[in-house]
Amino acid sequence: MNKIMKDYILGLLSKGERMDGRKLDEFRKPIKIEYGISTKSSEGSAIVHIGETMVIAGVKMAIGKPYEDTPDEGSLTVNVELSPMASESFEPGPPNDYSIELARVTDRVVRESGMIDVNKLCIKEGEKIWMVNVDIYPMNDAGNLFDACALAALAAIKDAKMPKIENDKVNYHEKTSKGLPLKKTPISVTVIKIGKHLLVDPLVEEFNALDARLTIGIDEANNPCAIQKGGDAPLSASDIDKMITLAKEKVKELRKVL
Amino acid sequence: MSKLLIEDKEVVIPGQILAEGMDYLPSNGAIREGDNIISTSMGVVSLSGRLIKIIPLTKRYVPQIGDVVVGFVKDLTYSSWFIDIGYSNDAVLSMKDATSDFIERGADLTQYFSHGDYMVAKIANVTKTKAVDITMREPGLKKLYGGKIIEVNPARVPRIIGKQGSMIKIIKDSTGCMITVGQNGIIWLKGPDLKNELIATEAIMRINECSYTQGLTEQTEAFLKERTGGKQHGVHQEA
Repeated sequence: MNKIMKDYILGLLSKGERMDGRKLDEFRKPIKIEYGISTKSSEGSAIVHIGETMVIAGVKMAIGKPYEDTPDEGSLTVNVELSPMASESFEPGPPNDYSIELARVTDRVVRESGMIDVNKLCIKEGEKIWMVNVDIYPMNDAGNLFDACALAALAAIKDAKMPKIENDKVNYHEKTSKGLPLKKTPISVTVIKIGKHLLVDPLVEEFNALDARLTIGIDEANNPCAIQKGGDAPLSASDIDKMITLAKEKVKELRKVL
Repeated sequence: MSKLLIEDKEVVIPGQILAEGMDYLPSNGAIREGDNIISTSMGVVSLSGRLIKIIPLTKRYVPQIGDVVVGFVKDLTYSSWFIDIGYSNDAVLSMKDATSDFIERGADLTQYFSHGDYMVAKIANVTKTKAVDITMREPGLKKLYGGKIIEVNPARVPRIIGKQGSMIKIIKDSTGCMITVGQNGIIWLKGPDLKNELIATEAIMRINECSYTQGLTEQTEAFLKERTGGKQHGVHQEA
């Protein structure tokens, strides 16, 4: 929408530059994760920083009834809330398209990779399961919320410890040493396309000027496990190939900070 | 016996007691409650004689006649443009204020300004009902081509411009950028290359974040000298 900024970004990209001086395929620094920031009120928690972007995630666990079609599987819910504190463009009120998409894409990366072994979350088939709730709160939106949210969800799930069960009730004050049953560690990398250029870790201005974007969840064997496409422009098969290759390359950097 | 509880240029928060007794008078951003004068906004204290005034750290832009602002075209009608200037009401740029050209009946107005075009304009009139008229028919007012847009809080604009434009002149001279600061907190910036644009942007954002500190001009000068290596660019035309 902002024509002057799009022209500016495109002008820089044609010279191989970006508006904050980075290379096209360079992530912002520092990328860091703090684990266990709220041990009292959550089972697992983490803060993720990617440059100025900051996201908090927490895991809460509760006992509930399984869905009828999956009687022996625990459930997973991912929720993203965009508070006006994070950016002046976020309004209070019911979730908007952006926060729903963030939550769905993060959910897909965690769920479709098979990260959590949901069968092990079953306590009694058809009656009792663990329900895992991942709540994600961006604290500052300086761009690339997709990747930051997925990283925060992963970190919080890795940090989570099962609470104790006493007399069929959950005692949240005492935690066992057992973590969630994990099988994989998926990380998402979002590649955006502006004009004919592909770039990673977009700033807010670049995100607003994008033609198309592809969020790719990649597991530790470097296999894509989830994909979401956004933006108005179509992507050709060769574009998608290039984007996935780039994402597979960049995911190694993110994996180092875990 | 009256007592002043704060110093000049101190940062205060809403509800803070600024002075006791009847010898002081509340001005903008302060009220009297009983014997005390209490701050109603977060900002920097400005004492002048018995008057206590708070200069707020953040505010919304309220247009005043004569302000030079940067805005963009949000919509257009058969005879005028609606310009977003960061106020609750869009400003109206009428055909006669937009250009001195003769415009034929039914002509395509997008040849002058189209959706999303940025421009420097002046507030010509603000009515009682807060309808805003702007004009382009004065020297220095023009459509903006290229460059980038930075947004800051309108309360910081006086610090970014400095006394008689001193601050902005330092940034322009040492980076060679063309910079236009609108009173509405929208800044247009175009430089010779990315490096100088980044330095100018960083300098502006530093002022934006430290607007309540003293000696900002010296700090900015030192910062720019460090980052540019003390190189002075030629004086560029006023953008």
